[in-house]
Amino acid sequence: MRLIRNALRPLSNPAPEPDARDVEELAARLNAVARARLGRALAIRHVGAGGCNGCELELLATRNLVLALQRFGLGFVDNPRQADILLVTGPLTRNMVEALARTRALLPEPSFIMAVGDCAVDGGVFKGSYAVEGGVQQALAPDLAVPGCPPSPTQILSGLLSLLAVQE
Amino acid sequence: MIGAAPLFSLWAEPLAVHALVLDPAPRMISLPAPERRFPTLTRTHPGAVMFERMIHDLWGLEALGAEDGRPLLDHGRWPVLNPLSGRPVRHAAPPPQPEFLTAWGEGVRQFPIGPVPPDIEEPLHWRLHLLGEAVLRAEAQPGFAHKGTLGLMLGKSARAAARFPARLAGDATVAHSLAFARAAEAALGVTVPPRAAALRRAMLEAERAAVLLLGVSRLAEAAGAPQLCARAALLREAMLRACFGAFGHRLMMDRVLPGGVAQDIAPEGLPMLLGAMAAIGRDWPWLLRAAKALAARLAGMGIARPEPGVVAGGIPARAAGLAWDARADDELPPRAAVLDSADAAARLWLMLAECDDALRLLRLALDDVSPGMASAQASSALSAPVPGVAGTGFALVEAARGPVLCWLRLDEAGLIAQAWLHDPSWGHLPMLETALAGAELHDAPVIRASIPISASGMDL
Ligand code: SF4
Repeated sequence: MRLIRNALRPLSNPAPEPDARDVEELAARLNAVARARLGRALAIRHVGAGGCNGCELELLATRNLVLALQRFGLGFVDNPRQADILLVTGPLTRNMVEALARTRALLPEPSFIMAVGDCAVDGGVFKGSYAVEGGVQQALAPDLAVPGCPPSPTQILSGLLSLLAVQE
Repeated sequence: MIGAAPLFSLWAEPLAVHALVLDPAPRMISLPAPERRFPTLTRTHPGAVMFERMIHDLWGLEALGAEDGRPLLDHGRWPVLNPLSGRPVRHAAPPPQPEFLTAWGEGVRQFPIGPVPPDIEEPLHWRLHLLGEAVLRAEAQPGFAHKGTLGLMLGKSARAAARFPARLAGDATVAHSLAFARAAEAALGVTVPPRAAALRRAMLEAERAAVLLLGVSRLAEAAGAPQLCARAALLREAMLRACFGAFGHRLMMDRVLPGGVAQDIAPEGLPMLLGAMAAIGRDWPWLLRAAKALAARLAGMGIARPEPGVVAGGIPARAAGLAWDARADDELPPRAAVLDSADAAARLWLMLAECDDALRLLRLALDDVSPGMASAQASSALSAPVPGVAGTGFALVEAARGPVLCWLRLDEAGLIAQAWLHDPSWGHLPMLETALAGAELHDAPVIRASIPISASGMDL
C-alpha cells in the first residue's frame, strides 16, 4: 500500500512543540514498528537536493533527539546500499537531478522515498524558478511527504512512523 | 578600480559591476560594464576569482584578463544561460563534465566526495588530490543548491520578496532577513520603531547562540568528542524550543520584515528564553572544560587565513587576527575576541566566546523588550509603513558564521529591480580549501567542521 501524497498536510499548520516525553514515546513506537516490519533497525540515507539548509538543521535535531533518548531503532547511514529510506530535502535543483537519481539507484528494494519540507514536496517558495525542478516528485514518486518550512523534529518522526505503519 | 582596499563582496547587474570594500569602513564602488566586460580584479585581489566566475554565470559579464574562466554555479543544466543578464539565452546542450584544477606528480590520486556527502549535509562536491594520506589540494565545486533566488526576487515588492532572503541559508535566516530589511529601509528612507529594533536584536543574537552551539556540536562530533557533541546539541535544542515559544518558529524564519517585525514576542516566550539561557549558563563551566580538552587536539590543525586581497570576516577571520565584526558600530557592540593561531582550536574557542557574548547581548535586548510586554502592542510599535518609491541601499549584518550583505535597487513603484545577497561562505570556502591542503585525510572532516559553510548561501 502506498500512502497518498500529502497525507500529512494538516501538520503544516504550526503544531505546538512537544515536550520530551512525546518525542520519547514517538521514538519508542517507531522503533517497535520498524522492528516488526523490517525485522531490524531503520536506516535512512539523506539527500540534500538544494534546500536552504533549514530542513537539514531539523533533521540533525531529529537525529540528536533520538540519540539522546537512547533509541537504536532509527539511524542515518552514509551508504545508500544499506538504507531503507531515501529522505530527500530541498526543491530538487536542476543541478542535483543526476546525483539524486544515482543515489536512488543504489538503494535496495523495497525502499521508501520520503520528501521532507515544503521544498521537497513541490518546490516550496522556489517553485517556478529556472533552476529547480519543483520537488522530489518531478524525479521520483515519494511514498510520503512531510510538509513544513521546515517541519519540526516531531513532525519528521511522526512522518517516519506513519510511513512504516501503513506498509505491509 | 578598487585600489588596494580589501574586497568583501563582488556582484553585478546587467551593465555594471559592484564591489563592497573595507576602506576601512564598508564602501560600495561601482564600475559600468557597457560592453558586458570589465577588467578582472584578480591581478590585485586574487580572491576575487570565485566572484568573477559567478558573475559570468549569472549576469553574463566577462572579467577581461582573468585566468580562470570556468563556470562556477552553472553546471550546464539550466534551461537558460546568464539568467540575470536581462536577455537570457535558451540553453539545451548536454551538460559538460566539470573541470577541476589538477595536482601532478607520481602517486597522486584523486578522491571525490559528494555532491551527496556523507551524514546530513548540504550538496557540495569536493575533489581532493592525495599523495598517500596527505591532501595536496582540495577544491570545492559549489552550485548544486542553486535555486535562482535572486531571479525570484525581481519584480516583487520588498515585503513580498522577504521570504527569499529568509531562505538563502537556514542557519542565518534572521541575519539575511535583517540585512534585506535594512537594505530596503535604507533605500526607502524607513525608520524602524524602537520596539521592533529591540526584537530584531533579540532574534539575531538568539540565532547566533543556537548556531554557534550547533557549530561546537558538529566540530566535537567530527573530532570524536561525543559528550561535548551531545551536550551542545541539547542546549541548542533548548534554545530552538524557546525561540518557538517566543517567536512562533524554531528558526525564526519570516519574523523580520522590511519596516519592522512580523509579530511581538509571546508573553510566555520570555521565561522560556530566560530558562534556556540559564540552562546554558549552568552547563557553561562543563562545556569550557570539555572544549579545553578538545582544543588541545585541534591545536595547529587546519590553518586558514583569508585569500589575498579579500576580507572574509566571521570567526575564521577573527581566528586569524582580523578583527572586523559588522556589529562593531552598533549601539551595543560585541566584545569580539581575536586570536591569531588561525587553527581549528582558535575557531572552537571563538565559537564558544561568541556564543557567550551573544547570550549577553540577547539578555540586553530582552531587557529592552520586556517593559512593553504587559500591554498589547499597537502594530505601529512593530512595523513602519514601507512606501512604494525608488531607491538604492545596502546593509551588512553579522551572522553567526560571518557578515552577510544585501544590496537592492528598487524602481519607482518600489519593486525590486536588482538584488544581491552575500553569504559569508564566499570568503570561507576558499579558506577551507587552503586549510585542507596539507592536512592528513583523516583530519579533513574535523577541519571541515571547524569552518562551517552554507552551500545554499553561496549557491543562491
Ligand atoms: S522547506 Fe523551507 S526550511 Fe526546508 S529547505 Fe525548503 S525553504 Fe528551507
